[in-house]
Amino acid sequence: MKNREKPPSGGMKEKTVKPVKIRGIKRTTFAVPYLALSIIFVVVPLFIMLYYAFTDGSGHFSFSNFGHFFSRPNIMLVMGRSFLIALLTTVICFLLAYPLALALSSTALNGKFVLVMLFILPMWINSLLRTYTVKIVLSLLNISNAWVAVTTGMVYDFFPFMLMPLYSVLSGMDRSLIEASHDLGASAATTLFKVKLPLSLPGIVSGVLMVFMPTVSTFAISDILGDTSTYMFGNIINQWFANSGGWNIGSAYSLILLLLIAVTVIIANRITKGKTEAGGVL
Amino acid sequence: MKKQVKTGLIWAFVGVMLAVMYVPIIILIVFSFTDAKALGVWEGFSLELYADLFTNESIGAALGNSLVLATVSALLATLLGTTAAVGVYYMRRWKKPAAEFVSNITMENAEIVTGVAFMMFFLAVRIPYGWAALIIAHTMITVPYVMLSVTPRLSQLNPNLYEAGLDLGASPIRSMFCVIIPQLIPGMISGFIMAFTLSLDDFIVSKFINGGVETIPVYLYNALAKRGADPTLRALSAVMFIVLLTVLIVLNVVTAAQKRKRSVAK
Repeated sequence: MKNREKPPSGGMKEKTVKPVKIRGIKRTTFAVPYLALSIIFVVVPLFIMLYYAFTDGSGHFSFSNFGHFFSRPNIMLVMGRSFLIALLTTVICFLLAYPLALALSSTALNGKFVLVMLFILPMWINSLLRTYTVKIVLSLLNISNAWVAVTTGMVYDFFPFMLMPLYSVLSGMDRSLIEASHDLGASAATTLFKVKLPLSLPGIVSGVLMVFMPTVSTFAISDILGDTSTYMFGNIINQWFANSGGWNIGSAYSLILLLLIAVTVIIANRITKGKTEAGGVL
Repeated sequence: MKKQVKTGLIWAFVGVMLAVMYVPIIILIVFSFTDAKALGVWEGFSLELYADLFTNESIGAALGNSLVLATVSALLATLLGTTAAVGVYYMRRWKKPAAEFVSNITMENAEIVTGVAFMMFFLAVRIPYGWAALIIAHTMITVPYVMLSVTPRLSQLNPNLYEAGLDLGASPIRSMFCVIIPQLIPGMISGFIMAFTLSLDDFIVSKFINGGVETIPVYLYNALAKRGADPTLRALSAVMFIVLLTVLIVLNVVTAAQKRKRSVAK
């Protein structure tokens, strides 16, 4: 199953696929329209952002937009809290999703595709709708604490993104390794901590990233469920762009977020390199 | 016996988690059948909210905008994404990772950063916010997902067929459209569905560049975060949940059945 989906290895390809150039058009040319549009509409806008981030309101080069961030203790506090909420969300998601992924991939429920599907499906439903349901449940339960509300909303919204990579890695795990662990006398707990957890590391890393980064950069959940005490990084950016005078500082914040994401992506690629599974449900 | 207890516990745990996920949605649907202004208050059964929903002009307009935008941008994304997938698949050496890097930018980047970058860009190049900006932005952010669903089909393709087409006198364009594309159709269809869904779902990028053209998610966000949830939203959300869940379940069951059939055949 897995081997079939893999592209042929590089060596083989060199032999079978010669560069074809007939009447001036190579097959690789077909990528040109999209790549050209990408450079215009994706790469250039990022450079415009860079320009805004490093200039002041009148177009002169300056670092003051970054200085703004480091000289305002209250904004640093907001940032700190936003990371705290994201961390809390990620930890709760993991603590709920890992046992669930274990249960779904266990022999007892093996092959119950519909169950897995039901847990992953909400991922495809607009997060605003799901946040709205959280709002109703919270109002029924009379919970008005902004922190509790926002964290609950985040966990409810991002849970499937944690579950999917964990389930994917656990269900693709070589069963004989777990049997070997049992045969060698390890208890269920030892097998979990010494065999299953280390082997599911790539899934854990991608799950953590798929929850942590979107949580930091979201603004809608805090807008709907929280107040200014639960502002996320995304809310700050959103606010600076709400009026045209704030674009320079807003760009500086966007750039910081972009760099954070770049770093996490690089770390994730390092850790999951060569270990990723082609499995997965949707 | 012990095994049965374990199985029972696993089922109970999964059941509780499933309830936690779906009970809020059921509560929302239940409360869409009462016309109380405040959230979580039951004031007797009423279809008032549904009557409001189907006569609400701005919701109707937003639905139309969303569908037109999703269709146009998904068609464009399928065209661009399929040709790009073919091109990138046959690239070698530094070109391939470079092209993949470019196509990964919008997927990995935070949507809010993509959104504000588009906002500044469209202002700089004098493209007015609104339809043109929305179509360009939605197309660009969905193309990578089309590529993701087309590329696996390419790896199953016989690489000599394209050249056979050329040898038999077809032009490269004709060879592409008559030989390669027909074999990629299943990947293109799932890519189109994905692009369509993502476009329907997006509100972060749209929020910054819609210039007054409200799509359903933009309408939802404005209504929830700014206008202070209007009760009609309960009916709107209930309808959306039911439609989306039905479509998603049918789609998944059908693809799962097809996959099983295919693996049995092989």
